[in-house]
Parts: sequence; C-alpha cells; structure tokens
Amino acid sequence: MRHLLDTESLGRDNAIAILDTAQEMSAVGEREVKKLPALRGRTVVNLFFEDSTRTRISFEAAAKRLSADVINFSAKGSSVSKGESLKDTAQTLEAMSADAVVIRHWASGAPARLATSGWIDAAVINAGDGTHAHPTQALLDAFTMRTHWARLTGTPSVGGDLAGMRVLIVGDVLHSRVARSNVWLLRTLGARVTLVAPPTLLPVGVEHWPCEVSYDLDATLEAGVDAVMMLRVQAERMKASFFPSAREYARRWGFDDARLARLDALALKDTIVMHPGPMNRGLEISSGAADSPRSTVLDQVRNGVSVRMAALYLLLSGDMKAVPTPALPAFAQPAAKDHP
Amino acid sequence: MASTPAPSGQSPSSAATPNSSRTVLSAADIDRALTRIAYEILEANKGSANLLLLGIPRRGFPLAQRLAAKLAATDPSIDPAAITGQLDVTMFRDDLAHQPTRAPQRTELPATGIDGKVVVLVDDVLYSGRTIRAALDALVDLGRPQAVRLAVLVDRGHRELPIRADHVGKNLPTSSSEKVRVRLAEIDGPGTADEVVIEAGA
Repeated sequence: MRHLLDTESLGRDNAIAILDTAQEMSAVGEREVKKLPALRGRTVVNLFFEDSTRTRISFEAAAKRLSADVINFSAKGSSVSKGESLKDTAQTLEAMSADAVVIRHWASGAPARLATSGWIDAAVINAGDGTHAHPTQALLDAFTMRTHWARLTGTPSVGGDLAGMRVLIVGDVLHSRVARSNVWLLRTLGARVTLVAPPTLLPVGVEHWPCEVSYDLDATLEAGVDAVMMLRVQAERMKASFFPSAREYARRWGFDDARLARLDALALKDTIVMHPGPMNRGLEISSGAADSPRSTVLDQVRNGVSVRMAALYLLLSGDMKAVPTPALPAFAQPAAKDHP
Repeated sequence: MASTPAPSGQSPSSAATPNSSRTVLSAADIDRALTRIAYEILEANKGSANLLLLGIPRRGFPLAQRLAAKLAATDPSIDPAAITGQLDVTMFRDDLAHQPTRAPQRTELPATGIDGKVVVLVDDVLYSGRTIRAALDALVDLGRPQAVRLAVLVDRGHRELPIRADHVGKNLPTSSSEKVRVRLAEIDGPGTADEVVIEAGA
C-alpha cells in the first residue's frame, strides 16, 4: 500500500493486514510506556480543511504513539482562508518534508488528487473527503465488529473476517462517507449489509451498491441483525428538506428506547449498536441506546487510535508494495531522502 | 547422457543440487542443546527464583516454552506457563524503513510482569545482534528487569553490535552468504522434524 484513499480499492489481504496490525497496536495502550519507536523521525501532517474532533485527535494520538512528529494544520486561521490553493498548501508541506499527509477535505476526491497529481511525495491518508470515503472510520468499525464477531463465533479475531455477519447501516446514507466506505469494506470482509434510510436520504445509484436497501427499520430489525450502525444526520450538509420534521425522523428511523427494548424482545441479545460520532442524541439515537451496554461508541473511538496506528505504520515503514491505486506519474520514488 | 530426461534411479544423497543444504542439528541435537541450556540457566541464576523466559517471535517463543518445560522437569516448583512469555521486537527494529513491511506479532508477558525479574531472552539464531538490540529496547518500555540474559539455539557469528549470548546451543561458523534455517514443529507444522539447516546462498 502506498496511500489509503478509499475502501473500494482496498483488497481483502490488505484490509485484514491492517486489522491484524491494529490488534497488536491496541496492546500498546495498556503498557507502561505507551509509545513505540517505529516512526521516529518521520513527520505526519494532519491537514484538516473541515472540522473534526475525534478523527484529528485520533490521528494525532496514533502518530505520537508511534513516535512520529505531528504537525496540525486546520484551514481556519491559515493561509487557506486567504485563498491559497490545495496545490500550494500541499507543496508547502512537501518543502517541510512531510512523510505522510492525513487529509480531510470538504471536496470529494481531494485526497486522490493529492496522491496522484505528483505534487507531493508523501503517503496520503484520507481522513474523510466530502461524501466520498472515510476509510479509517470503516476500518475501525470493521475492527470493532470483528472483535465482537470473533467473541460470538469463538474464533480468534486475528486473521479473521466478518463472514456471515448481518449489519444494518441506518440513517443519512446520502451525505455519509462513512456509510460508503463501510459498504465496500464490509462487502470485502464478507458481511451482509442492509442500508435503511428514508428514500430521500439514499443516493442515486444505490441499487448498484453491494448491499440491500430497505425503508423500514422495524422490519429489518425483526429479520435479525448482529450490528446496527446509526449514521449522524448531517444537518450542515442538508440544503433541502429531506424529511418533514426531526420528530418524524426520530420516530421512523431513529434508534430510540422502544427499539432498544425491541432487540431484547426479539432475543437479539448479542446485537451491538454503533455510531461513528458525533451523535445527535434524541434524533438518530436515543441517550438510552447510546449509553446502553450494547453501545460500542467508545470502543470505536478507542479502536480508532489502534487502526490509525496500523495504517500509519503500514504506509510509512518498509518499501511500499505496488498497489492498484491510480498509477503515479513519472515521479521519483522515495529511494533516497537526501536533502540537496 | 542428458539426452533423455527420464528420471534415473539417482540416489537422493547426491550433494550436487544447485541449492545445497546440510543439516547441522537434528531433532535430538536440538533437544540435548536445550537441556544443557536449561541447566546452564539454572546454574547461572543459582536456582529458579525470579526467572522469566521471553521468546522472540516467531521461533524464539516455542524454544522458550521447551526450555521452561525442561526447567520445570528439574525444579517441580516451576510452573512453565507462568514464567514464559513472548516479546515482539518488530516496532523497535532499526531497519523498518529499509525492509518490506513486517507485521507486528503479539507481545505477551507473564502476569508477574518483568520488574525485578531475571529475564532470559530466547531466540533461534543470533546473527548481527540487531534483533537483540531491538529486544533490549522493547524490554525497557515494559519495565525494569533485574538482569537480562540471552539464550540462543545457534550463534552463527557476523555480529554488528557489541552483543553476546550467555547460553549458546551451538556455535556455527558460517559465511554471510549462507542461510541458517531453523525448523520447529510448533511453527512449521506438526509433521515437520525439528532441525537446523545451512543453505548455500543464492
């Protein structure tokens, strides 16, 4: 792997390698010295053109646990607000010899542009671009599910996948890069995914995605499910009215206390409730569900650091194997990092 | 004549294969060496108090388990499972940027931790010494042992760092173009016979 841009092009072997590495990384958080020297002397730049709490902190914690130097950049308060282009910003970072760029951008495809344009030589990790992809979130979700699934099926989680797991992804699929990345990754890992959303919040062409689609949350819950992933209603991206009122949305597609009780009534005692955060409590998920023992919200945050450590380690150590990402233009590979 | 490619009844003992290899330690040799190392460890430590055996993945760990079983055979007060652990050194290597990416292995320590213990690092082959340097760094992050010793099955020379083993199964003079392969049933599959083989370099 050279870049981590989306989960659609991420092969099964690479996905499982990241999850297995993350498994070993998770032990570091419990040690006396919570740091590994693997990326000492490497520089990781967090390039955030869009607001973020947990993703940025998580990447920063991951890079620091691997002893990399971290430079945080947010568009607010930088030259971007003076109109600097992505290219100029990227080349500024290149001049400071960044080894990896973690980028979040409001435009879908910005990380791919950065990775393939030849502007910079660093490894690019997509930390969410527009409504396109958020691969590390999907990987940490898969990691959380795999831990749960391995415990249920009694198999070791290292090397395992999610074969046969039934996953619901519920809510604002239209604006969700998390849903898109999860659909592709979970398909690769063998899970059966069903999207549940109001018809207005499903994107055009969803029928071609490798998943099923339903409009009825209660019916899909009754059919049996192992993990329910609630998506945030992304009000900041909603420029039109997609549902009549918040209360109607919460009643039909929100995971409320009644549906939490319904899981017990359906004897689905091992079903987990996931949310990528930040949560709109009372809208897509009730406080009762978010704080219940079924909720894995905080596990997801914890696993996020491990998964991002794994991604940084695998991208930054060793000579990178060629991957089927779009071919780089004729451009010097980082054979010798000599400064002129 | 080589005009007919039909397989002749050639004996497999012909040493003229292009990638010749010879067995330097058989299963019985390995077992005897480990028995001796186990006694040496007990002797150097003046008993079994505070001993911990940490194997370096992958083949150091089964060797550590075998050593622990041998220690327990001489001193019944030892619980072999409670003094054996595994120490992954991948993230502490000095060649991470130059080698193909290595997947980290599991680090598992005995419940007692390593503080104040006599830690015996166990590995299969001692070569440049860089793995052991990485292991020493990894240990520092886990605690403060009272002492660290090193037991290896094979010492093949060509050290690049000032590191030496306390207990050696066999000193094996090699050329650096040769490869030393250790096969252990625990790692290479239950059907594999334990052996140490020298293969000529490509």
